[in-house]
Amino acid sequence: MQRALTVIHALGLMLVVFSIAYLMPIVASLVYDDGTLIDFLMAMVWTLSIGLLMWLLTRRYKGELSIRHGYLLVVGMWTAMPAVATLPLLLMLPGLSFTDAYFETMSGMTTTGATVLTGLDNLPPAINVWRHELNWLGGLGIIVLAVAVLPLLGVGGRQLFKAETPGPMKDAALTPRIAETARNLWVVYVAITLICIGALKWAGMNWLDAVCHAFSAMGLGGFSTHDASIGYFNSSLIESVMIMFMLIAVVNFATHFLAWRGKSLAVYRHDAEAVASLGLILISCAGIAVFLWWQSVYPDFWTALRHASFNLVSIATSSGYTSVDYAQWPIFAPLWMMFLTAIAASSGSTGGGIKMIRTLVLFKQAGREFVKLLHPAAINPMKIGGHVVPNNIVFAVLGFIFLYFMSIVTLTFALLISGMDFISAFTAVLASINNCGPGLGTVGPSSNYAGLTDFQTWVCTFAMLIGRLEIFTVLILFTPHFWRR
Amino acid sequence: MKILILGAGQVGSTVAESLAGEANDITIVDTDGEKLRQLQDRLDLRTLTGNAAHPSILEQAGIVDTDIMLAVTQSDEVNMVACKLAATLYNTPTRIARIRATDYLERREVFSTDNFCVDFSICPEQILTEYIVKLIEFPEALQVLEFAGGRVSLVAVRAVEGGPLVGRPLRFLRTDMPQIDTRVAAIFRLDHSINMNGDTVVEAGDEVFFIAATEHIRTVMQELRRMDKPSRRVMIVGGGNIGRRLAKTLEHSYQVKLIEYNKKACASLAADLTNTLVLNGDGTDEKLMQQENVSEVDVFCALTNDDENNIMSALLAKQGGARKVIALINRSAYVGLVQGGKIDIAISPAQVTIGSLLAYVRQGDVAAVHSLRRGAAEALELVAHGDRLSSKVVGRRIEEIDSPKGATIGALVRGEQVIIAHHDTMIEAEDHIIVFVNDKRMVRKVERLFQVSLGFF
Repeated sequence: MQRALTVIHALGLMLVVFSIAYLMPIVASLVYDDGTLIDFLMAMVWTLSIGLLMWLLTRRYKGELSIRHGYLLVVGMWTAMPAVATLPLLLMLPGLSFTDAYFETMSGMTTTGATVLTGLDNLPPAINVWRHELNWLGGLGIIVLAVAVLPLLGVGGRQLFKAETPGPMKDAALTPRIAETARNLWVVYVAITLICIGALKWAGMNWLDAVCHAFSAMGLGGFSTHDASIGYFNSSLIESVMIMFMLIAVVNFATHFLAWRGKSLAVYRHDAEAVASLGLILISCAGIAVFLWWQSVYPDFWTALRHASFNLVSIATSSGYTSVDYAQWPIFAPLWMMFLTAIAASSGSTGGGIKMIRTLVLFKQAGREFVKLLHPAAINPMKIGGHVVPNNIVFAVLGFIFLYFMSIVTLTFALLISGMDFISAFTAVLASINNCGPGLGTVGPSSNYAGLTDFQTWVCTFAMLIGRLEIFTVLILFTPHFWRR
Repeated sequence: MKILILGAGQVGSTVAESLAGEANDITIVDTDGEKLRQLQDRLDLRTLTGNAAHPSILEQAGIVDTDIMLAVTQSDEVNMVACKLAATLYNTPTRIARIRATDYLERREVFSTDNFCVDFSICPEQILTEYIVKLIEFPEALQVLEFAGGRVSLVAVRAVEGGPLVGRPLRFLRTDMPQIDTRVAAIFRLDHSINMNGDTVVEAGDEVFFIAATEHIRTVMQELRRMDKPSRRVMIVGGGNIGRRLAKTLEHSYQVKLIEYNKKACASLAADLTNTLVLNGDGTDEKLMQQENVSEVDVFCALTNDDENNIMSALLAKQGGARKVIALINRSAYVGLVQGGKIDIAISPAQVTIGSLLAYVRQGDVAAVHSLRRGAAEALELVAHGDRLSSKVVGRRIEEIDSPKGATIGALVRGEQVIIAHHDTMIEAEDHIIVFVNDKRMVRKVERLFQVSLGFF
């Protein structure tokens, strides 16, 4: 119990820090004078006071966190922060239920980008800034941010960092100190985001759209300020800029950091994961373009290539913007895109899903089995990018993949019980657990998640959370071992 | 010459043995007194027990008036430190170190005079690996040695029935291949060198040494035997230093299988090698060999530390159907025993690597030395200096040179140009001259021939 109070103590502190995040929409509401200033100030004060209260009441229990409480803290943060983040939405949109608001903020922070709101174009600018900021903060990770700015997490910080960062291998020590690593990652993230804002403005967006879309693109979130998403702009230039930055964000930020520190692009070539995921995405773009052209969905090849590229990159990177209603394409194309969502993102990127590194591990494990059958005496360690992957990681990946598929199956059944049709249920779970956003059927690109019942909304919210924290971190709280002393 | 050798291991003792026969003052230092005692029983040299990287030991070993120091201990670091000490404390003129770690070799600046003062670094494993690679590249050859930066090669090949020249006199070589210039340096028949002229008939079973520009050697070999199809599959037994390097060099151009007994070593090999199939097992296990298709193997290399194992696994592989088998054999007595029998090529590591050290020790300007026929013969690359007055070779035609018996001038390299020697070829200053000496006792005379008389200075 004492340790749980320590977790609450740390959680309180993080909420206090989180309240700073309201400054951005506050600035926006001042600039655009959209009348939301008072609501955001209220939300900020509430968050601050809840945090302070938690922090002060438990200050006697300040201390180092054990590994097990690290998991509790991470999951606690990832459930508490979306909860407080609903405050401005609930204050400003009176018709919105808590369930829907929580879905919206969870979708924001997990960079899913699915929305239950319609009439995005008419929302006050500050609200849109808030939604996109959640995308951006959740992208690289709020714990990573917390570790970067809060040295007081101490040694436990590394554990938390690992619990949140996606990917099976998290020991890549970029710098000797974990706080320094986290800080560097955020510096790179902020720098690329600023460039992205500039590029989008140059491509023709207004400042509000540029900032919002840069936030959601870098976080691979997929929120947009328009109901028609990127289709609203109908500009191939904007689409290409977005494609470029989504592809940047789908690569491990540690690789970006190394490239920046070493002032060399060669780092990317040596990152087997980046090569595999970018290669797969680009080849798929070309393939789907040819397919659409062949199926006469679009009259000429270049139109097919334009729409195939943007929508495929957006879905594959788990962003979830749309420029056309790709659900109307022959079923092969959208399903292939959903498949890419599950595997294409790199570990350490802002994308979701299984992650390319795990796909590579599984792929090579299959190859190893073949070699073993042909050459029983062979010693054949798994190597990715020239480095040996220890067997315990391979087993961890196998364990992960089992949980991943079981989660999809279980949650799909849950939605089926509630009366959803199969394609909608399956793709909604897939899109949620992979933090992608749009599915097919009733949750397809032309509609959104507003039509779901409360139960269905909660199922999807849960799927997003376990997808973002890569299942183990969340499900570990449900094992008896965790609670046993 | 006064020579100090640090380390009495495989390399150190072979060099000592070879140099002691050439009237040098040799001191050898090692930490293992027993090894030194055995060496002293056989050879006329001074020994000293102690750490070769300690100045006091070096002083006792007489480093102060040493001409050449060879640091060939097991440890790269000791060798480097010894070179540094020799340079800073005792001004030793020539310092040679054995350096194995590629980490150091890739950063050559650590050897400069500002740093570790290593004049020349040698890596026996690397030399041996290159030697074996050549044999795999030219599966018909018994030995392929390169001179003048690879422009000229000396090749030993066994004449086999079916080669156009076999059974015919040597002078047909020129009429058979008018566009290619080559020179037969020696022919060994039943292990003895025979005197040759244009009428000498090449018989099947002869071991023919010829010199040619490197790009021509395949064509010349075709004269002496039918060519096999090129090698594709290589099986290596033994994942030590040499096996590992060899696999690493070959793995992108050949299908390589590597058998290693030690499971831990296997794991490290498999991590290091990208394209090689690493197998854990015994190199003399014929079941494993069959299972891994030894009958389809083009070249089989037994490269463990154990002579007997190498011989056995090479014999098994040959029996199992491997096309060409190579065994690494340290004991010189075994080499003569097995070569030419079922085992196609027996390699004595010491003989292969010693040449690179000898080149530095020899008098005159010697660019390369290769030991041939288990040390009985030698091929040298010498640089001619001076002019017609100060030198005995420069400005003269080859027929005018009073070369010792058994020494054949095979080729010249002038700048980039390769000139195959004929009786009327004129030697100019700074030419690199490749000389084949079929009796090692004549080497001294050849060196003296190329030395510039004092008037030159």
